[in-house]
Amino acid sequence: MNTGIPAEEKRNFKDIVAFILSEMKPTGKLITPFNVISAPLIILGAFLIVYRLVKGMGAVTNLSQEFPWGIWIGFDVMVGVAFAGGAYVLTFVVYILRSDKYHSIIRATVLNGLLAYIFYAGAIFLDLGRWWNITNPLFGNKFGANSVLFLIAWHFLLYMLAEFVEFSPAIAEWLGLRKLRKILGSLTVGAVVVGIALSTLHQAGLGALFMMAKGKVHPLWYTEFIPVLFFVSSIFAGLSMVIFEGTISHKVFSDQISHEDHKSYDDMLIGLSQGCAVSMFVYFFAQFLIFIHGWHWSLLNTPMGYWYLTEMVGLVGIPCFMFFQGARYRNLLLIRTAAILAMIGIIINRLNISIIAFKWWIPFSERYFPSWMEIVITLAIILTEIWVFRWIATRMPVFGKPPAWAEETH
Amino acid sequence: MGMDRRTFLKGLGTGIAVAAPGSSLLPSRAEAKEVVASKEFMGVLVDTTRCVGCRTCESACAEAHAMPAPDMSDAAMDKIRPTSVTQWTLVNRFKTDKGEVFVKKQCMHCNQPGCVAACLVKAMEKKENGAVTWDTNCMGCRYCMVSCPFDIPKFEYDSAFPKIQKCSLCWERLVKGEKPSCVEACPADALTFGTRREMIEEANRRIYKESGKYISHIYGEREVGGTGYLYISAVPFEKIGFRTDLGTTSYPEYSKGFLYSVPIVLLLWPAFLIGVNTITKRKHEVQNSEGGKR
Repeated sequence: MNTGIPAEEKRNFKDIVAFILSEMKPTGKLITPFNVISAPLIILGAFLIVYRLVKGMGAVTNLSQEFPWGIWIGFDVMVGVAFAGGAYVLTFVVYILRSDKYHSIIRATVLNGLLAYIFYAGAIFLDLGRWWNITNPLFGNKFGANSVLFLIAWHFLLYMLAEFVEFSPAIAEWLGLRKLRKILGSLTVGAVVVGIALSTLHQAGLGALFMMAKGKVHPLWYTEFIPVLFFVSSIFAGLSMVIFEGTISHKVFSDQISHEDHKSYDDMLIGLSQGCAVSMFVYFFAQFLIFIHGWHWSLLNTPMGYWYLTEMVGLVGIPCFMFFQGARYRNLLLIRTAAILAMIGIIINRLNISIIAFKWWIPFSERYFPSWMEIVITLAIILTEIWVFRWIATRMPVFGKPPAWAEETH
Repeated sequence: MGMDRRTFLKGLGTGIAVAAPGSSLLPSRAEAKEVVASKEFMGVLVDTTRCVGCRTCESACAEAHAMPAPDMSDAAMDKIRPTSVTQWTLVNRFKTDKGEVFVKKQCMHCNQPGCVAACLVKAMEKKENGAVTWDTNCMGCRYCMVSCPFDIPKFEYDSAFPKIQKCSLCWERLVKGEKPSCVEACPADALTFGTRREMIEEANRRIYKESGKYISHIYGEREVGGTGYLYISAVPFEKIGFRTDLGTTSYPEYSKGFLYSVPIVLLLWPAFLIGVNTITKRKHEVQNSEGGKR
């Protein structure tokens, strides 16, 4: 476990730069199956991004006048941000409710959330046709303050800052900056409070984007409660991601995790599973009420109706039940399967609202389907995020314990 | 949900107004003021019974905005066409029980446009004279396209410097006191230009005067909160390519419920979180000290 350089009260700037440079070198084996597959995809993705910027969006995407938003919004942003919801839920549990149980995974979750926002929300940049104007909502002289997207733009930016502040003590520990660590640590609760408020609104806000697509989103999915549904579903989307990601990183970063953390991990999974089960039940019940009030019985017996039932029963109801059972009988395999099903459910739900149930009357042959280039760029973004995550997790105290000098400042 | 919240807020506002001794402390109602200060919205009345499908408006539009000349062949009208990045307006042909009907299509210039409410940089703008226009500070996010009930804004996907293309009601001509180029070019008198109020009067006059010729519906009078372009027709509008399921609520209204909740959440949520944080802190300390005793 690497806990950085020994802490000192004063470090000169030169030392820090030299240390960071020395940390740039790879630590593990370079030739691994993951690296061999991901590196070429990332390089190809980078070329395609340049191609897209030079040639315009039409050269790489299958977007059309009928389908202005594709997977870069519907998947990268909508799904990526929902999956990043684990950070605000867990910071609420750890810093507001002060449940120590989840303390050992909080840094990994916050780091994941921060990187998800940087990379997936950053994918908006590629989707902006006139990307050179990206700072206009921030520094322009014309603010569209009554646009839902304006709110989301600001919230993304502010939330990234809040998450950076939440994670920053780990950076200070890595660099051995004792004083800075103390200052940054004292900012955490404030950042958490702001972060939760921002998350509530922009998770809901992503759903509110589609409020003005009335008449375009299939009535089984369009409801005035989309913002509420997006918020509630981000809770179990985020927690499912924490379960899924935790399962993988507990294997990959196994050497960094202390013995007692390994033992308490099972208890944690069961707690997360309960959280998922309850929030999914609330979501399922809300969907049910909305369906009953919407009076859409006749729509169920259509192809879109079957698709709707697949999502609601197969990818919400069933995983919800599995989470309940998994927590009750301490069945970790059941919990992990439920997490994967719930995540698929979130992917399907966000894609339904933004792409699949969007203008559902348009025949299959004229519908939007992502081009291979859109998919490669999306994969490249995800893989780059994993590389960066791995780089940070192997160097800073993310999974492992903070250095001894930092413990007392808690 | 939206209505309830709005009613609640209105109630709250009234409460404050009643409670405040001097009304000078309260901001004046912005909406009421705007109506007096601004000019009337201009509009165009399209009489589909008069349109002969000559498509002079199409070429006049292309010429006025330096766009390539449209395909004027009869075959071009065989299928129903949407507007495009190089054609802000066009005429579609519909076969109905009352014979062929020609319908001009372009931006409807909504009274309260969804695209304007969607735009986060105010590149889409509702001008004082009623025209809905696009400006180059646009980011190209295409949220306006998602939010337009009529699917009018078109995006130049094939350009590295793309623009949103849509009818501007010849805004720059209107400022000079001229008519939109399509209206001026129409040889059949199917297009009439004037204030929106006058256009509704004229439409009603025609419907009443020539009893039985028109169906008694002015499309755009109430649809999506009212539009600058108004249509009258001899056949039901759903038979000539109009969406009649859009409702009379303006599109920005649909996201208002969410936007109203923003300041409330931003105020109450942190207060609640800090409260819980303080309570758990106390509990934590008690637990820890008890644990220490044991």
